[in-house]
Amino acid sequence: MSRRVHLALFTSEAKLLAALHSCRDKGLTILDVRSPYPIHGVDELAGIPRSRLPNACLIGGVVGLSLALWFQYWTSSIDWPIDVGGKPWNSLPAFAPVAFELTILFAGLSVIFGLLFRSKLLPGCRGRISDPRVTDDCFELAVTRANAALSDAAMADLWRDSGAIDTSEFVEDIR
Amino acid sequence: MDDPHAFERVIDGDKTLTQVTHDVFSPLERRGTGRWWAGFLLAVSALLLGLIAVAYQVQTGIGTWGLNRTVGWAFDITNFVFWVGIGHAGTLISAVLLLFRQKWRTSINRAAEAMTIFAVMCAGVFPLIHMGRPWLAHWVFPYPNPRGPLWVNWRSPLLWDVFAIGTYFTISALFWYVGLIPDLATARDRANGMRKRILAFFSLGWDGSARTWSRHETACILLAALATPLVVSVHSVVSTDFATAVIPGWHATLFPPYFVIGAVFSGFAMVLTLMLVARKVMHFEDYITQRHIGAICKVLVFTGTIVGLAYLTEFFTAWYSASPYERFVMLNRVIGPTGWAFGIMFSCNVVVPQLLWFRRVRNSLVTVFILSLLVNVGMWFERFVIISTSLGRGFLPSAWASYTPTLIEIATLIGSFGLFFTLFLLFCRFVPMIAAAEIKTVIARRHANDDVAPEAAGAAARPEAPESSETTERRAA
Repeated sequence: MSRRVHLALFTSEAKLLAALHSCRDKGLTILDVRSPYPIHGVDELAGIPRSRLPNACLIGGVVGLSLALWFQYWTSSIDWPIDVGGKPWNSLPAFAPVAFELTILFAGLSVIFGLLFRSKLLPGCRGRISDPRVTDDCFELAVTRANAALSDAAMADLWRDSGAIDTSEFVEDIR
Repeated sequence: MDDPHAFERVIDGDKTLTQVTHDVFSPLERRGTGRWWAGFLLAVSALLLGLIAVAYQVQTGIGTWGLNRTVGWAFDITNFVFWVGIGHAGTLISAVLLLFRQKWRTSINRAAEAMTIFAVMCAGVFPLIHMGRPWLAHWVFPYPNPRGPLWVNWRSPLLWDVFAIGTYFTISALFWYVGLIPDLATARDRANGMRKRILAFFSLGWDGSARTWSRHETACILLAALATPLVVSVHSVVSTDFATAVIPGWHATLFPPYFVIGAVFSGFAMVLTLMLVARKVMHFEDYITQRHIGAICKVLVFTGTIVGLAYLTEFFTAWYSASPYERFVMLNRVIGPTGWAFGIMFSCNVVVPQLLWFRRVRNSLVTVFILSLLVNVGMWFERFVIISTSLGRGFLPSAWASYTPTLIEIATLIGSFGLFFTLFLLFCRFVPMIAAAEIKTVIARRHANDDVAPEAAGAAARPEAPESSETTERRAA
């Protein structure tokens, strides 16, 4: 299956948001918005769900904490107990700093790698950049007419009315 | 603050998004200036001197230092604590100020965070040399080894250091890199040929998609929330290197907060030093404005005052403990043979920053620069005073000894500055020093505010920035 993707480039956040509203009103499906900085409120308009990174963070933290506590206990009480200044094998208070640091380390790494893998930000990835101006000062909207009956002429009118400086379209295969 | 929009106006000059891109990225695309090369050669020379000194002391052994049986820790550990302390301001600016929504941090957070990473690298060098046999450094990690396996001693603060500083370095470096990805993508899209290919590799295919931005923002908030307790924990753990030892002058519950605030103080002083130089050399006067300098100065006077309070608390605790040893150590610090070091520490860290209460002092960049250097010196001496005076005159007068650093140790310290400035200058030259995407966010937000209350936002920054409007006019002409 394939779909026709329409791209439009705008010079300001306000124009992009206005165009986004009219696309929604016309029943177009919003595929993506690309911008040089995060635009507030665009998530809801484009139907982007909330990020689940906080869950990854919590899981990473819990794993880090448990691992640190278990490992310190196992090495110093079970595998090779060594008397250090007469302190008990299981010196829990002394294990707190390392347990804390590993909690932070695992939580932080889960967030970072969660972000990189979910957003496919990896060395060698090329991204879907169609116009280099979106990392400078332009805002791009990608929509498709999947469920909306809208003529080509109506599409052109829509872009012209919303002040797009550049438009293009291509056909994309979808799995 | 009386005007909520004052700091919304982070940068000077009514810049468009394109101008921000141009201002931040064009210096990276030009050849290095003469001043940059001069600084770089100086830094590399210092680094080479340090490398020679390190090679010599690794070859010969740490008997090349001025240590003796009484004073077993002095110069090296002072340098270590000094650099770790410097490394605190970056995360404080990028994480704590992010959580407090202090917009002014946007102009300086990238550079401050880079400074943190480089300072922690410098700090790491010193314990490594102190091991005497640095090729066995991996023994500090608990790994299944052929010696038993003999595990590490989890009850030792020195091991806590390994984990605290290791975690701090990892998280700071990755946090910094995550923030850098959008700007690397901007640099990529301006470049051609080989440069584009290299930048494309490092920008990881960033395309500014709203989904990615949404996750990116969530990740930054989460990392800030993680880095905030982390930054507090790191210097607390460093302070336990001393505080858990039963040595008068070290064995104090005051140490963790005292060290953390001292670290923030010294870190901000170093940020101030670097930013004052960077804004001149890289021509970022519109981005790192008088307001930024003023804000850092206020943080300095606040933390400097708390540092002063901590010094006085140490004296009070010594007196109130009624322990003759504690009382002696404190008196010895002030009127003992290294009383001069205490004098430098107290005047640079407590007296000098008090001048920053005056707006005229804060507005004079030369004065502020000299002041920041003095604080750096004072904070180095603070660690020296704490470490060496407490050891030199302990419980047993027959074992008393004094400590004098050797030239090798001084060359190593100079070398660490060389490493720091070499890395920082390379950073200024090859990495966007200002977080351009974040500046654009702030500009966009300000335009949104302008629509609501144009006079409030426009009038906000004018009064306290006489120098900045001049800059704008000069640019225009």
